[in-house]
Amino acid sequence: MSANRAAALPPAPDLTHLQRLEAESIQIFREVVAECEKPVMLYSVGKDSAVMLRLAQKAFYPSKIPFPLMHVDTTWKFQDMYAMRERMQKEADFDLIVYQNPEAVERKINPFDHGSALHTDIWKTEGLKQALDKYGFDAAFGGGRRDEEKSRAKERILSFRSAQHRWDPKIQRPELWRLYNTRKAPGENFRAFPISNWTELDIWQYIHLENVPIVPLYFSKVRPVVERDGALIMVDDERMKLEPGEVPMQKSVRFRTLGCYPLTGAVESTASTLPEIIQEMLLTTTSERQGRKIDHDQAASMEKKKQEGYF
Amino acid sequence: MAHVSDLIAEDIDAYLEAHQHKSLLRFLTCGSVDDGKSTLIGRLLYDSKMIFEDQLAALEADSKKVGTQGGEIDFALLVDGLAAEREQGITIDVAYRFFSTDKRKFIVADTPGHEQYTRNMVTGASTADAAVILIDARKGVLTQSRRHSYLVSLLGIRHVVLAINKMDLVDWSQEVFDTILADYRAFAAQIGITEFTAIPMSALRGDNITAVSEAAPWYKGPALLPHLEDLPVEDQLRARPFRMPVQWVNRPNLDFRGFSGFISSGTVKPGDKVKSIPSGRESRVARIVTLDGDLDIAVAGQSVTLTLEDEIDASRGDVLAASSDPPQVADQFESTIVWMDDEPMLPGRPYVLKLGTRLVSASVAEPKYKVNVNTLEHLAAKRLELNEIGVCNLSLDAPIAFDPYVENHDLGGFILIDRISNRTVGAGMLHFALRRSQNVHWQALDVDKAARARAKGQTARVVWLTGLSGSGKSTIANLVEKRLMAAGRHTYLLDGDNVRHGLNRDLGFTDADRVENIRRVAEVAKLMVDAGLIVLVSFISPFRAERRMARDLMGADEFVEVYVDTPLAEAERRDVKGLYKKARTGELKNFTGIDSPYEAPEHPEIHIDTTAMSAEDAAELIAARLMEGLD
Repeated sequence: MSANRAAALPPAPDLTHLQRLEAESIQIFREVVAECEKPVMLYSVGKDSAVMLRLAQKAFYPSKIPFPLMHVDTTWKFQDMYAMRERMQKEADFDLIVYQNPEAVERKINPFDHGSALHTDIWKTEGLKQALDKYGFDAAFGGGRRDEEKSRAKERILSFRSAQHRWDPKIQRPELWRLYNTRKAPGENFRAFPISNWTELDIWQYIHLENVPIVPLYFSKVRPVVERDGALIMVDDERMKLEPGEVPMQKSVRFRTLGCYPLTGAVESTASTLPEIIQEMLLTTTSERQGRKIDHDQAASMEKKKQEGYF
Repeated sequence: MAHVSDLIAEDIDAYLEAHQHKSLLRFLTCGSVDDGKSTLIGRLLYDSKMIFEDQLAALEADSKKVGTQGGEIDFALLVDGLAAEREQGITIDVAYRFFSTDKRKFIVADTPGHEQYTRNMVTGASTADAAVILIDARKGVLTQSRRHSYLVSLLGIRHVVLAINKMDLVDWSQEVFDTILADYRAFAAQIGITEFTAIPMSALRGDNITAVSEAAPWYKGPALLPHLEDLPVEDQLRARPFRMPVQWVNRPNLDFRGFSGFISSGTVKPGDKVKSIPSGRESRVARIVTLDGDLDIAVAGQSVTLTLEDEIDASRGDVLAASSDPPQVADQFESTIVWMDDEPMLPGRPYVLKLGTRLVSASVAEPKYKVNVNTLEHLAAKRLELNEIGVCNLSLDAPIAFDPYVENHDLGGFILIDRISNRTVGAGMLHFALRRSQNVHWQALDVDKAARARAKGQTARVVWLTGLSGSGKSTIANLVEKRLMAAGRHTYLLDGDNVRHGLNRDLGFTDADRVENIRRVAEVAKLMVDAGLIVLVSFISPFRAERRMARDLMGADEFVEVYVDTPLAEAERRDVKGLYKKARTGELKNFTGIDSPYEAPEHPEIHIDTTAMSAEDAAELIAARLMEGLD
């Protein structure tokens, strides 16, 4: 059932929270497209990107999505993610740009030899900056949410970056009502976060209600994993370097977030339907980002990464 | 984040079904750190189980390390975000938090309470349906409580909750509560808050937050959270006439032309008569198009695409509205403006105004008064500084569709953007259109500018000479005029000093007066260009923004900016009028180049370097360039 249609009969009840969130996100998509010269949507193939894609389709229907989607690829994503990307491009009919930092390609940067920090920095942070410069995008939609992390709670819907892509708290603009100021000098650009006010539960519930296709890795299945530093890492392809004596185990696992497979911890689970996933999430007692290795280094580390240009 | 309901564990489908029908309430919390605001929000997140175990573990560790509760959990640490703030122990921005109960999802705008953060509070208030104003029971209604209430009322928040906190520290005294209530009621009536709900509570102990506490048996009202769950939110907007600012014209192919937008008030159905404002063209709604299929009705708060039965020319910035009750159209208004930038608001300076989806150039008149946000006194003001609030008239360069802010926030609320820095420098609320803007109509004349210029055998131009005092502008302008005159052109020279003896003798040299000085001269120059003349303007005109305004007043190619470039040291050495000397001794204030800035042109049509060229040669060059373009 459509979130739009649910409350459409008079005397209509209040819109549901998902209907209001959806309408707000669509308004942001349209506003940026109407006022910017060259927007792009960053597409990571994860569940937030899946919701973003659906919202973008809704915002411009019956027109095609009027901007390209760009995947800043690291070559180390799960194989299922690449498969989903191809499938969605066919189904949703959007222009896709896949960008891989040529320096990272040449130096064969990988999480095993170079460590997670360098790997992420060169493929993702640097890759994103290069891609934005190469194509001259002046606005980039991203799937950041304010509930993800403390420092995100104050992020604007439109987050301004200098021509060097730096985030500076001093150049951020007040956002009143539904009015977004998109004016900027040549070279300056901004990130737009249409789902800022969604929570993780909202995302899952929307995926459930709207039948949004998501990568199968979110659902539990018996998969080959090894345990490292307390995390379950999936042996997704032959590039996975096993430690001496390490033998992959077959376990029923799923992923709460998706990224580069050697850096993404799985959780043991039997949840194989959306309601079961939501149930598990609601009953679980650790927050979403714990499976993502880059967050743990130090307190307020996301804020530091944001200043450096990482999402 | 277990919502305690057993339903999750037992019947997830039933839980989801219930949860998807939750409504949404946005509320603002006002108060300072001392009032326990962060503690209250932390408590709401905690009590609604929005805190994960890993966060809780971190919180317990932090509480021991930097907490203020003697090792007990310090809820305030949950919500203080950026690293810098943690160190300073204050919140300096608007933070948004999320939690939900079995009935509602809540978005909390958490804003700091100090006077220097008025702009943050106004920002947070702009999207709030309700406001929770915190009062420390030990201190009662303070200056800051009055300020918060005034801002809440100014931004038109309908539901006000007075959270009288820290009641445990006054032994839950009913007398204390009643005294605060009476004080507040008397004050609230003055600022138009007629209804509010006062709740005695202890955020730290959790009393009267999620459930009525036994600590105060004399209190018969609701606890905070149940009260917030029951507030009505969308009833009023939906009852108002239909309005949808057009965001984007949706044209996938030649057969489809839809108008996409967010419905800001009312409802709409296929067959409804609508008007596009300001053009006034009328049609009927043919379809309400969404990806999920056409709708039979759409309501305020939805994003939709409408198609119309007739081809009418509407575009982004226009408003589709109920034919029977369309918004007004005007270009001059009275408004309340909240200034949000370090650079003050200067009367007469052109800013970009954004209202709905419309962008127009706007200038603000000298404030009628500014408001002391603590005492609500009206004070005289020449301009508005950061965090100041004033009532000012606004003048736009094109008419726009609007509703008074009190009726519709989307069609009455606007932001002001600086044209050079692109910062959002102010926000405002329209009160009403000024009568003169509706009654004074532009007189269309048969003899136009081109005809008048043709009769003089020339093309009208403004030659705008800018540069420091003593740079040689007037000397050069004078020589240029003599050459043009000799060539049979019709000219006029507007000189800064001369105009200040007459038309502008009421103006001084403050930034605000300089802006007004240039505005008047630019308008006079425009009239003269309209008369077909070649106008030479010789003014220091130190600010880019005003030169830009003058340029925008004229037609394309009519404005020729000449930068008379003399370095400060050289101008000061020449000091023809002895003014630099006076400025250096402090006898003359606000002197350009000394204690008032000069912003050099970035792309002048003509650049004269007076250290490399005589005044005669400069005049020759300018005259030649003009003649080339003129013939």
